Amino acid sequence: MRKRIALCILLVSGLVLVALGPAAADRTLTVFGAASLTEFLQAAKPVFEKAHPEVTVLLNLAASSRCRIQIEHGAPCEVFLSANTKNMEPLVEAGIARDPIVFAHNKVVIIAPRSNPGGLQTPADLAKPGLKLVTCSPEVPIGRYTRTAIEKMAASGDYGDRFKQRVLANVVSEEPNVKGIVAKVLLGEADGGMCYASDVTAAVRPKVKTIGIPEEANVVADYPIAVLNGGSEDALAETFVEFVLSEEGQKLLAHHGFIPLGPPKQGSAG
Amino acid sequence: MTARRSAILAILSLPALALIVLPIVGLCARAEVGRLGSYVCCPEVASALTLSLLTSTIAAVIIVLIGTPLAYWLAHAEFRGKRVIDTLVDLPIVLPPAVAGVALLMTFGRVGLIGRHLAAVGITIPFTTAAVVMAQTFVAGPFYIRQARVGFESVPPQLVMASQTLGASALRTFFRVTIPLASHALLAGIVMSWARSVGEFGATLMFAGSLQGVTRTMPLAIYTSMETDPNIAIVLSVALIAISFLVIIVTKFVLGVGPRAEVPARS
Repeated sequence: MRKRIALCILLVSGLVLVALGPAAADRTLTVFGAASLTEFLQAAKPVFEKAHPEVTVLLNLAASSRCRIQIEHGAPCEVFLSANTKNMEPLVEAGIARDPIVFAHNKVVIIAPRSNPGGLQTPADLAKPGLKLVTCSPEVPIGRYTRTAIEKMAASGDYGDRFKQRVLANVVSEEPNVKGIVAKVLLGEADGGMCYASDVTAAVRPKVKTIGIPEEANVVADYPIAVLNGGSEDALAETFVEFVLSEEGQKLLAHHGFIPLGPPKQGSAG
Repeated sequence: MTARRSAILAILSLPALALIVLPIVGLCARAEVGRLGSYVCCPEVASALTLSLLTSTIAAVIIVLIGTPLAYWLAHAEFRGKRVIDTLVDLPIVLPPAVAGVALLMTFGRVGLIGRHLAAVGITIPFTTAAVVMAQTFVAGPFYIRQARVGFESVPPQLVMASQTLGASALRTFFRVTIPLASHALLAGIVMSWARSVGEFGATLMFAGSLQGVTRTMPLAIYTSMETDPNIAIVLSVALIAISFLVIIVTKFVLGVGPRAEVPARS
């Protein structure tokens, strides 16, 4: 019995050592990113690590507003990538982040399950009574962009009376972040929701019906990146920002459905 | 010597005690007591509080109705596979609530195993208050069933037999003899599962979503308001601590049952 316990302890400590070993020897760069950047950052991580073999990139992906709260409360983090400027500005004002720079743009689209139980065909259908829509709270960037797009549509007068109120009355849940919206639509539990164009990834595309929002009502999401003050890897953090802004980083962003910055003075390269 | 030993033990106990007490002190220190009152009536707090109390009470009633027969069965019947059922009943206690949420969605969701047949007759459960109650019933049920089972097992079989020998029916015996004798354990189980329901977070978020006044219970409102107005999160947290205190006091001093292994796990 005692032998068996000793063996167990040995095995467990071995596992712990294996798990901690390489990370402990490396330099780590902690990156907080908007949930919509999940696929991009997961692809950027190995590329950056390959160029800097001694570095391990740790990713924390959540709603930008959640990331901001965590950073404000002292979560150790070197770089923050937000899905809107609203969740970056308070950090700059508080002296936590410095020199934010927009590194990509995004658009908003409507998605419905492929089976389309709510019969969503056009943006006007969002106001159909009884439709089950999912979004996020206005603090979360996609929640704000969604409301802005709806307000713009309502203001155009093309969508009938009280369009905004009728759409918002169809909201059945405010998910923690944009990936929660996509998940509920993919599962077929929600009839529809708005997410970023970049969220309709190759894996998602065959399972959803995507409905575009007219250009004049759509919003352009600005994604800022910034180095956070007081981090233990300041130079490395700057290097990561440079990587995201580099041609390679921009190509990767474009590959993941974002609108890259494009060459200067040539307009959008989307 | 004994005094010295107890002093050493007291010192050794301090870290654990500090770990439990300090965060509560920290929370209460941040709560501006004077301004708390003004927040209690704000719609976010009021609706979360009402919804939490309503859903967890309904969940507790359902748990008692469907959990009592199961607890009684497990306490008295001997059969093959009893340990399997025993283990299944305990499963939600150790299951991460997020897993419970996914499982409920896969079963009662609109395209789920059972949910798809319900949807065919026009009943959809996700995103409704009923989904909140279901999530709470699922995760909190075992806390009552375990306690009730212990309670039923503690009833001396001679008394049950005596009652029936004296001509009382099985049903009458159950309500007049077994239940009163097991009442402390049953009440403790009810309070415990109710408290677990109030604290339910993960399964609710997954299965019921989060919408003010419909599915956004106190823990979900705390999660959301951390991003909008931390004061709301603080007020709701203080309220939850007060409720938890009340639960411990009721079970410990009024019922005389100490919450042992059955203390609800907060998610």
